Amino acid sequence: MGAETKRGRLKVFLGYAAGVGKTYQMLTEAHELKKQGVDVVIGYFEPHRRPDTIALSHGLETIPRKALEYRGARFEEMDTDAVLRRHPRVAVVDEFPHTNVPGSPRLKRWEDVHALLDAGIDVLTTMNVQHLESLNDQIWQSTGVRVRETIPDWVVKQADEVVMVDLTPQALMNRLKRGVVYPPDRAKAALENFFRESTLAALRELAIRQTAYSVESRHLDEQEAPVDAAPGAGRRERLLLVITPDPSSAALIRRGRRVADYLRADCLAVYVSPPGRRGAGEGSGNGRPRSEGPGVGGSSIENSTLDLRGLSADERQRLERHLAFARGLQIDTRILVPGKGLGEIDAADAAEAIVTFARQNHVTQIFITRQKRRGMAAWFRTGLVERLVNLARDMQVTIVADRSTRKASS
Amino acid sequence: MGHTRSAQDSARDPEALLRQLEAAERSARRGQLKIFLGYASGVGKSFKLFDEGRRRHDRGEDVVVAATQPEIPPGIVAVIRSMDMIPCRDTAGIPVIDVPVLIARHPQVCLIDGLAYDNPPGSRHARRYQDVEELIEAGISVITTINLEYIAEQQEFVRSVLGKAPAQVVPQAFIQGADEIVVVDAPPETDTALEAQQLSLLRQRALLLAADVVDRQLEEYLQLHSGWAGGASGAGRASGSSGSGSGGAAGPAAGPSSSSGVGSTWGTQERILVCMTPRANAAAMLESGRRNADRFHGELFAIYVMQDSLTEEDKMALERNATLARAQLAQVDVLEGRDPVATILDYARSHGITQIFVGHNLRRTWRARIQGTPLDQLIRDAEGIDVRVFPH
Repeated sequence: MGAETKRGRLKVFLGYAAGVGKTYQMLTEAHELKKQGVDVVIGYFEPHRRPDTIALSHGLETIPRKALEYRGARFEEMDTDAVLRRHPRVAVVDEFPHTNVPGSPRLKRWEDVHALLDAGIDVLTTMNVQHLESLNDQIWQSTGVRVRETIPDWVVKQADEVVMVDLTPQALMNRLKRGVVYPPDRAKAALENFFRESTLAALRELAIRQTAYSVESRHLDEQEAPVDAAPGAGRRERLLLVITPDPSSAALIRRGRRVADYLRADCLAVYVSPPGRRGAGEGSGNGRPRSEGPGVGGSSIENSTLDLRGLSADERQRLERHLAFARGLQIDTRILVPGKGLGEIDAADAAEAIVTFARQNHVTQIFITRQKRRGMAAWFRTGLVERLVNLARDMQVTIVADRSTRKASS
Repeated sequence: MGHTRSAQDSARDPEALLRQLEAAERSARRGQLKIFLGYASGVGKSFKLFDEGRRRHDRGEDVVVAATQPEIPPGIVAVIRSMDMIPCRDTAGIPVIDVPVLIARHPQVCLIDGLAYDNPPGSRHARRYQDVEELIEAGISVITTINLEYIAEQQEFVRSVLGKAPAQVVPQAFIQGADEIVVVDAPPETDTALEAQQLSLLRQRALLLAADVVDRQLEEYLQLHSGWAGGASGAGRASGSSGSGSGGAAGPAAGPSSSSGVGSTWGTQERILVCMTPRANAAAMLESGRRNADRFHGELFAIYVMQDSLTEEDKMALERNATLARAQLAQVDVLEGRDPVATILDYARSHGITQIFVGHNLRRTWRARIQGTPLDQLIRDAEGIDVRVFPH
């Protein structure tokens, strides 16, 4: 592929549950394209033993899947290399958020899809709204379903088109009862668990809103493009997420990312090394945040082993996971070392480091969680939230709800 | 207006029970209304409508086609032919649904492609949707189609986008009252950038309208099934209580009963609550609240908690803030409760609030009244709700 290869176009058929007809609609469109003379192949499709859908796959060229063995079991994945070699105009690739079996060339199916797009192949794909990373806690809170297989929002945001595949929950439940979606035994379990009317209605609403959001943000992108290019263009909002090793940070990151996307704001994240430990000491100057010109400046020291020294191995691992998670969602991450370099760091130092960094980086909103868990990052209970609220009087401070625990409902 | 009513009240009230039974009976006799909603012609509503008709026909339901569009796309002709048809009567060049014949034939399901037609003078009903109402009353289910531009309440928006809007319209309440509403979505296919922009605005609007309908149905469903009848949110919104707080109407009495946790279960739409105090920078909070609500296509609420200690000056400041809030199209409520934080949180829970906006001076105003700092208490107790603190 030459460097001049035009990137392929990505179209996502968005639904809210198995059985709403995403794959069906995608294959219908593939047939339409074929009828118009477009070179379209099936890269991967999940038949789910649904006769209607399987029938629709007939008449379309299918690239054979690649079989992989993992722990003695046989798995089949898309043979991305074979699709690349075949190089159709359009490839049909089911289940965008799918995680490949270990040993596959790429971890995630969306990475396979990116390889196809990079090669200039258009891709039609499917997904349900609950797989969006930023909605993970909200879905859990409102439905009790914790979705394991997620896809970063920016990946979906890059789609050229998101189309809502709609079906009412009533119609979906009828389909289930008729055995169209799952075999009878599975259908019964599904109706009792995930496929409750209220759950489906909530997910459906989210999917419709998500589609509206994607239509709007594409519309705004087009309108804003020239404005952004102008010097001194309107001041954007900037969010700063304060992350810690505490598990609540994952929810904070998702929520912050979502709010930033909706406000069309920039999003940064910091970790402040904990008090009660030695300050940064050698190497980092005096550890006070300092400006580094425009953009993200401050006392950031990426991947410094020094700063993480005060953490237990477990905390450190968790923190690193959170930092990587934030980066995976395209959030700039920084590590701050508060205090004067010597002496103990206290909550006041930590709050001051955060606020100073925020001011230097023109942050308009700080996002932080209430820490509830004991033992871990106990220093937060010494009042970081309170101090931050008191200190950051020139910006908004949002204390993000802990959506990782679900209140018992009904 | 009473915002809180416990489940027991309605369970004990035999008249309410009777009304519920009657409503259930009536709805059992009535046909169902299902609407395919699109944002422009050509997105595939007709195809979806007749495809559903065919599926039902294949499953053994008695389906009749009662109206088609003047021009039938070639792909659909065969599907339509596979079903019974009672064609429209042509009156002065206007197609009118043959209601008497349909009622006499009494199919299970009747397919009507295009809901927004005006009947000629002298017809049984002035509008086609009224014909549809009669069919539903007669126990015939109707599946039909409509585009956003034909909904009366959307005309102003459509005109602002397209510069024009059609004359024949259906009230939005009729659409919202449907048993099922299905979005027919497809990216706009057009050659001009301007048209693409216009269509994407209409498309977004249609999606949001559908989302709101789903949201309302979900709330009704949750209230019905949680034994939480007459919940605050439904009651407050159904009666359009926006601005009801002007006369100092008393809101809910603070009590533990209303924090049943139901509020946290829907949570699909952002609902922002601005807490006003006499000296808070309410204008900034409300402005930000409005902007955030708009960005999320959510709802904005604004409240203040009446306190004995308020001076005349405070009360005037609150009245000014309430006016500002109404100008930002917030639902404004005045609450009473001895414990301001508990009162705020009660309100937040019963209204499905996802974000509470407070000013810094919440601390100062109430410090004397309660143990600890109210802001900290609010942050601590606002489980499941974000709290955003605004600079003073």
